[in-house]
Amino acid sequence: MNAQAPARETHVRLADIYKSFGTKHVLRGVDLDIYRGEIIYIIGKSGSGKSVTLKNITGLLKPDAGTVYIDGIDVHAADDKALNALRRKMGVLFQMAALFDSMSVYENVAFGPRRFTSLNEAEISELVREKLSMVGLKGVEHLNPSALSGGMQKRVGLARAIALNPEIVLYDEPTTGVDPILGAAVDDLIKSLNAKTGVTSIVISHDMASVFRTAHRVAMLYDGVFRLIGTPDDFKKSDDPVIRQFVEGSAEGPIPIL
Amino acid sequence: MKRFHQTLIPVFDSIGSGVLGLLEAIGGFAIFAGQTIRYVFARPFDVRNLLYQMGEIGVKSIPVGVVSSFFVGMVMALQLGGPMEQQIQGISTFMGGGIALAMVRELSPVLTAVLLAGRVGSSIAAEVGTMKVTEQIDALSTLATNPIHYLSVPRFLAALFCIPMITVMAIVVGVLGGALISNISLDIPYNLYFDSARTLVRSQDLISGVGKTFFFGAEIALISCFSGFRARGGAEGVGQATIQAVVFSFMMIIVSDYFITYIFQLFGL
Repeated sequence: MNAQAPARETHVRLADIYKSFGTKHVLRGVDLDIYRGEIIYIIGKSGSGKSVTLKNITGLLKPDAGTVYIDGIDVHAADDKALNALRRKMGVLFQMAALFDSMSVYENVAFGPRRFTSLNEAEISELVREKLSMVGLKGVEHLNPSALSGGMQKRVGLARAIALNPEIVLYDEPTTGVDPILGAAVDDLIKSLNAKTGVTSIVISHDMASVFRTAHRVAMLYDGVFRLIGTPDDFKKSDDPVIRQFVEGSAEGPIPIL
Repeated sequence: MKRFHQTLIPVFDSIGSGVLGLLEAIGGFAIFAGQTIRYVFARPFDVRNLLYQMGEIGVKSIPVGVVSSFFVGMVMALQLGGPMEQQIQGISTFMGGGIALAMVRELSPVLTAVLLAGRVGSSIAAEVGTMKVTEQIDALSTLATNPIHYLSVPRFLAALFCIPMITVMAIVVGVLGGALISNISLDIPYNLYFDSARTLVRSQDLISGVGKTFFFGAEIALISCFSGFRARGGAEGVGQATIQAVVFSFMMIIVSDYFITYIFQLFGL
């Protein structure tokens, strides 16, 4: 059903991460090896620390203890220059796309290439068109982000994220707030991008349909640690009541609804 | 039954957290200002962005600054002319010097800075604040671009250089406004007005007046960017950031005006 995960070489390693906000202990010792070229979903209920985990990987938040290694380099010990070098290998699709609203679609996608490559404007224009067509868009270059629908904004956000051919793409709740058909289309994008470029894909989600359609592996955050890391099948077969409740989307069970 | 000291605990609690919050904000601002100034000298130098901000912050503010100053010059002539002449005969021959001195040393610099704090400060805080709450600033970071370098530096430089330039224009126009009303309603000849202005205003006055607007410009840009960067939680947070930017810019301009003038006077300016 799901494509087999490729050979297991650790690309991103979360090593014993702790993160608190005031008295709220969000992450309490998170360990995870993410393999090169796989699509891994990090799932959990709202407020379980999925986004915090993502921000720890991108270096937007610093863990209280533990760290993240990308290609063996410690993200949180890196200086500005090294961190920026790491970030050039990452693309992030934000939940609400986070397009720069003072710029056109073209300028959004061209942002990274203009700053970090020596391509001339004609080559950049070619690149922007190529990236937009990879996410299924055409002829929107001159539009402002505010003129696009939410789904199109996400596509542009993805085009911007992959503009510099990253080795890792992180998706923050890509199917949240989009209709089911578009959700499936987003899943297809994640899969096709992964298949075409071999990019390591880290997806934050609580959309189980999307997980079962797309993931090679799944890691579920619960109570600040990973409750289960395994294949989608492992999740289907699990008899852990916490996992069961989440997979089935039931209000009854050990997980407090809050 | 609660004891008296127990009822006081929440009071101390809120005073304490208020003081801590203030100290944290001041410390955060100092770090932010330091980083902005450090990144001024860091590559890449984003000239395109700087020119754009100079247009937004500088060129588009010229009408506001100049028109206001023109009317201040005129109202000064109105206020000083008739009533003063009744008390001290011949005082109106010093009209040009009086108005020019006031415009150069105090009125144009502070008025321009306050007006621009309203116009520029609010727009910077709202723009940066919106970028913050919609994750655009996080997006900049993940695109290997330091947000302070990219957002704060061009606004800082634009305000730093444009506000003094607009002040100079405001001074010129304000003095002209005074001349116009002095001539029309008080019958003071133009040459008398400008002679008096030339005699009374020294170059030190110009250095003092325009010099302090560099500080005002820096204050407006730094406070407004900082407020934007601290915005939290949607539209309301952006609104709060905008209010903060304008109010603190106003206060900083007025308060620092005193201290800068005091220090300048120590150096004979």
